[in-house]
Amino acid sequence: MAAKTKLATLQNAARDQEDNDAIKSQHPAVEIWRMFIANRAALVAMVVLVCIILLAIFGPLFYPTDPFEMVWMPFTPPGTDGFILGTDYLGRDLLAGLLHGGRVSITIGLVAALMSVFIGISFGAFAGYYRGYVEEVLMRITEFFQVLPTLLFSMVIVALFGASLQIITIAIGLVSWTAVARITRAEFLRIRELEYVTASRSAGATNFKLIFAIILPNALPPIIVQSALMVGSAILFEAGLAFLGLSDPNVVSWGQIIGSNRTYILDASYTVTIPGLAIFVTVLAISLIGDGLNDALNPKLRQR
Amino acid sequence: MSDVILDVRNLRVEFKTQAGTRPVLDDISFSLKRGERISFVGESGCGKSMTALALMSLLPSIGRIASGQILFKGEDLAAADESRLQNMRGNEISMIFQEPMTSLNPVFTIGNQISEVLKRHRGMDHGTALATAIKLLDAVKIPDAKARINDYPHQLSGGQRQRVMIAIALACEPEILIADEPTTALDVTVQAEIFDLLRDIGARTDTAIILITHDIGAVCQMAERMLVMYAGRKVEEGPVQTIVEAASHPYTRGLISCVPHIRSDISTLPDVLPEIDGIVPSITSFGKNQCLFAPRCDRLTQKCLDQQPPSTSIATATVKKDAPHNVACWNNHGTGA
Repeated sequence: MAAKTKLATLQNAARDQEDNDAIKSQHPAVEIWRMFIANRAALVAMVVLVCIILLAIFGPLFYPTDPFEMVWMPFTPPGTDGFILGTDYLGRDLLAGLLHGGRVSITIGLVAALMSVFIGISFGAFAGYYRGYVEEVLMRITEFFQVLPTLLFSMVIVALFGASLQIITIAIGLVSWTAVARITRAEFLRIRELEYVTASRSAGATNFKLIFAIILPNALPPIIVQSALMVGSAILFEAGLAFLGLSDPNVVSWGQIIGSNRTYILDASYTVTIPGLAIFVTVLAISLIGDGLNDALNPKLRQR
Repeated sequence: MSDVILDVRNLRVEFKTQAGTRPVLDDISFSLKRGERISFVGESGCGKSMTALALMSLLPSIGRIASGQILFKGEDLAAADESRLQNMRGNEISMIFQEPMTSLNPVFTIGNQISEVLKRHRGMDHGTALATAIKLLDAVKIPDAKARINDYPHQLSGGQRQRVMIAIALACEPEILIADEPTTALDVTVQAEIFDLLRDIGARTDTAIILITHDIGAVCQMAERMLVMYAGRKVEEGPVQTIVEAASHPYTRGLISCVPHIRSDISTLPDVLPEIDGIVPSITSFGKNQCLFAPRCDRLTQKCLDQQPPSTSIATATVKKDAPHNVACWNNHGTGA
């Protein structure tokens, strides 16, 4: 009898131990965040991007030099006469240009990418889900936009509607959504045939729910990667337009600095490489964040 | 207890193929009573799964219900509109699938997926739905349900996933549960557990079960009545025991003799396991006015090639009035022998 009680006590203790050992599961958002910060590259990239964005927002407040004003001798090398990044061919302060330009470049990059993701997902999701005529119409429209020479098309838009920031952003968004549409459609075509979609349908899910709550979350990984790359390419695209002198002349952007200094690339290479580096670092950071996000959003990679 | 909840009448489902429109289901009729367990048997490509999908109105886009009625408690589901069907699916009739490994959505926790149906059909709020999900997981015997509702599908084994599928299917206490080869992807011990669970829950909640399988052993474990299908047609129908003991259609006899010693009087454990020669005809020959099993049959006569055999009732001593033994064969084995 005594042995039995002892056994029972021991078993209880063992069970309590088990309960304590059981991992308390957390809210999915917490887990995604934990997974994200476990990825060193993504974390560093995140810190870098936050710094860049903070500099772009608050930098001009603490460094009020007008980026268009000719403040000093042209081609002052970085670090001389109190100009940290030197001056350009007209004697304008490059640091001021970089800080002010960051606002424009990053805003255009994010908004244009967001816009193309929105259009691309809508087109791709409906085409891939409904198939048939819907797909035919939507994909033909996509192909129409795809075969237009992107630079030429955006130049026409800018020429027609004026070179304001909004128009430039819309033009960039309009020429770059096709990739997202095609990726989304391909993923939808694959996933809609999977058994869990039929299972969800057999549990009474509506079309709307199937598209946005069942299939889309599973289609996200490649879309996220593509979107992150798109922020970068939108910044570069704006740089390209500005390089050709097709950007808003009243604002300064990274691409515009490169464009206006391009003639002097051999004599004063820093005037081009410094804004180039800014674009490079920003684009790289966003890509790495996209990678990290992709891993963190995949439950299979989210180890405990 | 004898009220009929599902009455399928002369259901014909056609597929549009390159060879023209062909019936994948040809004049299928059966009825199902509350709490009854029926089994659909046949080889691959005989239309078992199509019957299930037709009941749920989930036919692939090349298929459509050409004629016939699916009377669910008197309402014709074949003529119902999509929003009615969406309310029906997972609520009044639900289904579990062959592949537990792929039938759950990989990006959501299982608690999330079970509570989803409850929110959809029962209008529960998130908290209540989750609490109910835990109870359901307990009911399908997943240990430590409280902790496991936060698991993702890939963290569960195949058997556990099928249990989760059963929990989802039973969440809204449906009147009919369609199980499309629920244990094909699982090993034998797990299979027995799943069948026990289904039988248990079915009996407790008075849910009618339609089991689709090619495994006669599973039929004997699970079902009261069975319906043998071949090339989209019903070839034999009757109580499981009657058919296993005295199958009348050559195809059914073939199916049963393929199973090692299920009944020693039909299969006397030969050295070589018998098989039915040949394969199921391709869809291009479906719907012809002849016996479609003829090319593989050992009792073939000219009549089989000239005319499609009708489904006729054969009298057996063991047959009860409400569960007739029907067979569609010109040269059937009769009541025994």
